[in-house]
Amino acid sequence: MWEYTDKVKDHFLNPRNVGVIEDADGIGEVGSLACGDALKLTFKLDETQRIKDAKFQTFGCASAIASSSALTEMIKGLTLDEAAKVTNEDIAQYLGGLPKEKMHCSVMGRDALEKAIAYYRGEAEKKPEGRIVCECFGVTDVEIERAVRENNLQTIEDVTDYVKAGGGCGNCHDAIQEIIDAVRGKGPVPKEKPLRLTNIQKIKLIEETLDREIKPALKKDGGDIELVDVDGDRVFVKLRGTCATCAASQVTLKGYVESKLQELVLPQLVVEEVQ
Amino acid sequence: MDVVYVDNNATTRVAPEVIETMLPYFGQWYGNPSSMHTFGGTVGRKLQEAREKTAAFIGAQPEEIIFTGCGTESDSTAIHAAIASNPEKKHIVTSRVEHPAVKNLFEHLSKKGYRTTFIPVDRQGRLDMEALEKSLTEDTAVVSLMWANNETGVLFPIEAIAPMVRDRGIVFHTDAVQAAGKIPINVKAAGVDMLSLSGHKVHAPKGVGALYVRKGVKYAPFLIGGHQERGRRGGTENVASIIGMGRASELAADHLKMQSERVRALRDKLEKGLLDAVPKSMVNGDRETRLPNTTSISFEYVEGESILLMMDRLGICASSGSACTSGSLEPSHVLRAMGVPFTAAHGSIRFSLSIYNTDQEIDFIIEKLPPIIAKLREMSPFWKP
Repeated sequence: MWEYTDKVKDHFLNPRNVGVIEDADGIGEVGSLACGDALKLTFKLDETQRIKDAKFQTFGCASAIASSSALTEMIKGLTLDEAAKVTNEDIAQYLGGLPKEKMHCSVMGRDALEKAIAYYRGEAEKKPEGRIVCECFGVTDVEIERAVRENNLQTIEDVTDYVKAGGGCGNCHDAIQEIIDAVRGKGPVPKEKPLRLTNIQKIKLIEETLDREIKPALKKDGGDIELVDVDGDRVFVKLRGTCATCAASQVTLKGYVESKLQELVLPQLVVEEVQ
Repeated sequence: MDVVYVDNNATTRVAPEVIETMLPYFGQWYGNPSSMHTFGGTVGRKLQEAREKTAAFIGAQPEEIIFTGCGTESDSTAIHAAIASNPEKKHIVTSRVEHPAVKNLFEHLSKKGYRTTFIPVDRQGRLDMEALEKSLTEDTAVVSLMWANNETGVLFPIEAIAPMVRDRGIVFHTDAVQAAGKIPINVKAAGVDMLSLSGHKVHAPKGVGALYVRKGVKYAPFLIGGHQERGRRGGTENVASIIGMGRASELAADHLKMQSERVRALRDKLEKGLLDAVPKSMVNGDRETRLPNTTSISFEYVEGESILLMMDRLGICASSGSACTSGSLEPSHVLRAMGVPFTAAHGSIRFSLSIYNTDQEIDFIIEKLPPIIAKLREMSPFWKP
């Protein structure tokens, strides 16, 4: 059961401006049957170049219909420049908020509006920029980056809620995480690292790297790692959880833990397991 | 709130007779069945009666019944018992249309190193028997297949599958959570090794399930603790609910004829009424071989959540295989495995009836739903009347 606001329910049950404007100035179509939601937005301008009328047709859930209905109400009376500034957040706010999992409905509204404005201005149908990251829903890196930036998204789940990417087979989760990290400035640690560290600096950096990079990855598989000691360039660790009994633990240790520490702390580090 | 409840594959009303049977075991007979005193021992005897009734319901011996906390626990227990008893075997088999209780467990086990085969189904939801036979190897520890599908009601031929699997020395488990109470079930005639039941699907309360384990099948407990259930499931028994399940089993056995006649007639009437009134609508799954109470109908070019919410305003409770209702973005894995096109999968509604549904309720749905579909289609950019 979704917790929809009264405004969402109202716009779903009594949608405003359903239909198609026959001699429309702007037409924007997004989504598809396969995706589970789609929106066709049409608008007509008056002599002062303001949006006189807007209509929509939507295939989708209650929040998709409500977002479309809200959008048509919001843009009436606006100039195209004003309308172009409407964000998905504005649509959600107009409705008193949307469940997080349904934010992609508001994004669909924004996208259709952009397309309709581009249509009127005679701008060539923009090919989706960037490369496809999520193949299930055909979402590009540019779209994901934009959603992360504009809505301050933190996790892969957030990205799925807003642009659907990652909601299918899940093969693109790593790629989405990379985009989030890049936008949030947590990208790969800068290459130029001091090659000489004091022992305390070195231990601190190893601990930080274990906590930030390595432990979360191991925990996904039910494992964990503990730093026991650092002696010169030798790092002693204990594997815990499923890692401790895993036949592939040596591969994890050398192929993953050691190479991560070499990459992010010091290239000459050697990792050894303490039993 | 007045409701027209046609979502009985999700859960059922606790039968008034069941509630009545259960009530004394909260405030009056609250003793622990394991206690030495007469006060507790009396409860223990009631527990035994419930076990006998539940066993009789599926043609089992009382000592072959283990009470659990739910259908999911029964499934998990059965599959874990099978693989724990065959530690050298690393292959497990199920179908692509199982309930998440089995499907997600198999996916989990596949990450733990088990080779997993998901047998496909055809467009009507029927199991690919040839693929099943070919999948069985010396390394196969367990085959787990549902008796009846929760979304479409389609039945798998358990009686034909059981000997094929067991003759090869492979454990055969069936999730009969949806089949029980709707069609006759006899574990001996079917020849299964293990079978899962859930209380709340047969008018007993939520929080109780049962697992049948054929005498002679190797078993390992999933919940390890006290000696309850003869050491096969630790934990103090959910006494009132188990007693409720015993009573519900008796009632379900009595009501089987009503299921196959009255409930089936109501379902058929609903199905025909909707298909006649709504163009571009179709039934998902094999209409011949399925539960008498279930129909999955796809209304093309509209989305299931919207349909459900509009029905909800009228008090009609059903469910949908659409993506939006589940919070995931993919429509039902059952419908997708059957190859139901996206146009139809997103607009699928499942109606599941019970003996409590009336003719008037079915008329009400047949009257109210077609205009809802028409209204949503008018809004849909894909609908071309």
